[in-house]
Amino acid sequence: MDQDFAGIEPLVYESRIGIPYNWWAGDTATKFFTGLSSERVFYATRCDACNKTFLPPRKTCPLCFAKNLAWKPLAPKGAVTTFTVARRKLAALGDAEPPVFFALIKLDGADTAIAHRLGNVAEKDLAAGLRVRAVFAPEPKGGILDVLYFEPDK
Amino acid sequence: MDRVAVVGIGMVEIEGNKVRDTFETMVFSAVTRALADAGLEIGDIDNVITTSNDFWDGRTISCMAVGDASGARDKNVSCVEGDGTFGAFYGLARILSGSYGTTLVTAHSKGSQSVSSLITNAAFDPIYERTLGLDMITGSALQARAYMDATGTTSEHLAMVSVKNHGNAKGNPYAQLPMDLTVADVLSSEMIADPLHKLDCSPVSDGACAIILAREDRVPKAKTKSVWVKGVSFASDAYFLGDRDLTFSRSLAQAAKKAYAMAGIGDPARQVGLVECYDAFSYQELMWLEGLGICEKGRAKDLLSAGAFDKNGRIPVNASGGLLSGHPVIAAGLYRMAECVKSLRNGSSGKTAVAQGLNGVAGQSHCVWVLGDKP
Repeated sequence: MDQDFAGIEPLVYESRIGIPYNWWAGDTATKFFTGLSSERVFYATRCDACNKTFLPPRKTCPLCFAKNLAWKPLAPKGAVTTFTVARRKLAALGDAEPPVFFALIKLDGADTAIAHRLGNVAEKDLAAGLRVRAVFAPEPKGGILDVLYFEPDK
Repeated sequence: MDRVAVVGIGMVEIEGNKVRDTFETMVFSAVTRALADAGLEIGDIDNVITTSNDFWDGRTISCMAVGDASGARDKNVSCVEGDGTFGAFYGLARILSGSYGTTLVTAHSKGSQSVSSLITNAAFDPIYERTLGLDMITGSALQARAYMDATGTTSEHLAMVSVKNHGNAKGNPYAQLPMDLTVADVLSSEMIADPLHKLDCSPVSDGACAIILAREDRVPKAKTKSVWVKGVSFASDAYFLGDRDLTFSRSLAQAAKKAYAMAGIGDPARQVGLVECYDAFSYQELMWLEGLGICEKGRAKDLLSAGAFDKNGRIPVNASGGLLSGHPVIAAGLYRMAECVKSLRNGSSGKTAVAQGLNGVAGQSHCVWVLGDKP
């Protein structure tokens, strides 16, 4: 039967799914983003039983399930734990033009790292352990891009 | 535990763009091949598990759309959203429940029909991470750098994995990218996201795979040499990349330890005959081998360099060509299982094989199957 289809050029049907979402960020993330925009600090949470400070903040300790962990504001400085440079214009980069620098950054006083972008950095300086500080957006909108990127802290 | 065997496998040729196939025709082809392989009819199948992902398919409740192609009409069918190894785990559990004697497991995806970077970007946390623009390649690149820094693994080692697997694919009629490569070819290919060159990354692929599991009392009806489930387990790590140890997969080590214990394996480095692991990126093959206990942390590069993982080496790893030679997401782990079954049937690489599948960015959770040529 396959030969019956030999002369047929397959039709490619173009489509897309476009569905808007409104995510309630939760009270923990709301506190985090409010602190970021109004105080320029990173609100982590701390579990005294596990002796761990979590960023992004967790309401409940992921290790021992202790509830209502204490807030611990962290200064916007830390060190790169790992990094990459996106050189191809990957669709997820959106409007950003490559090269785009990504890193995991462990803020001073945190036990976990957060993902973010790096800016104003020379490629030769890229390494785990690089000291960085947050560069804040002039007009915060209430999201992770209220920090534009992290830059070397010289 | 009741003894269960894999009695049938069906793979379709993995291609970059199967424009003449729909999801349904791919899955139907895999199912008919698995049934023919086992010498069974669809009436011999007691229940069905389909494995798919709504974002890749561009359709919600995508599992239901392939039910008919999977022969599930008028049968009890359930689904897993994730890698095919997890679908197979569910299929096994259904047999062990006592309710079913046979399970048909299918898995499929067509990467060619959408935009991988956007789909994998949506795997990141929408509040804290997604708008940064990370995707599977850049997220894995963060892991690759951390692993290389911790173990002294170099870009040359990564390239050797790519050379090996693309070369192995030349013997696999289902592989998408059989290639004769040199280390220099890999190192001079496009740098997509440091340290990952294009040839360190698996391609976008279309494919579907099916396997048939049978309880021991149902095995005699199948005509092919049975391959037996000796052990299986899965485990998950934390969701956020920054919570995890990116230099060693704790969740894979946990899953492997339990699967080996079930299989009575105390020394995987000596007792495992071959491995089909989830080499979505070249460095992952080395990192997963360490998590699987095939060697100590940081040692995979040395064994690789010594040829231990070659097709004719001490423990062939991805002798099929692996995912670097064709990576149909979701179906990928089921292909790993089917390749292990093929190898165990022909007996060329020992009596025990390990197949691995994973879910999540940079391998958050892992499923490990230990398969053997005897019950």
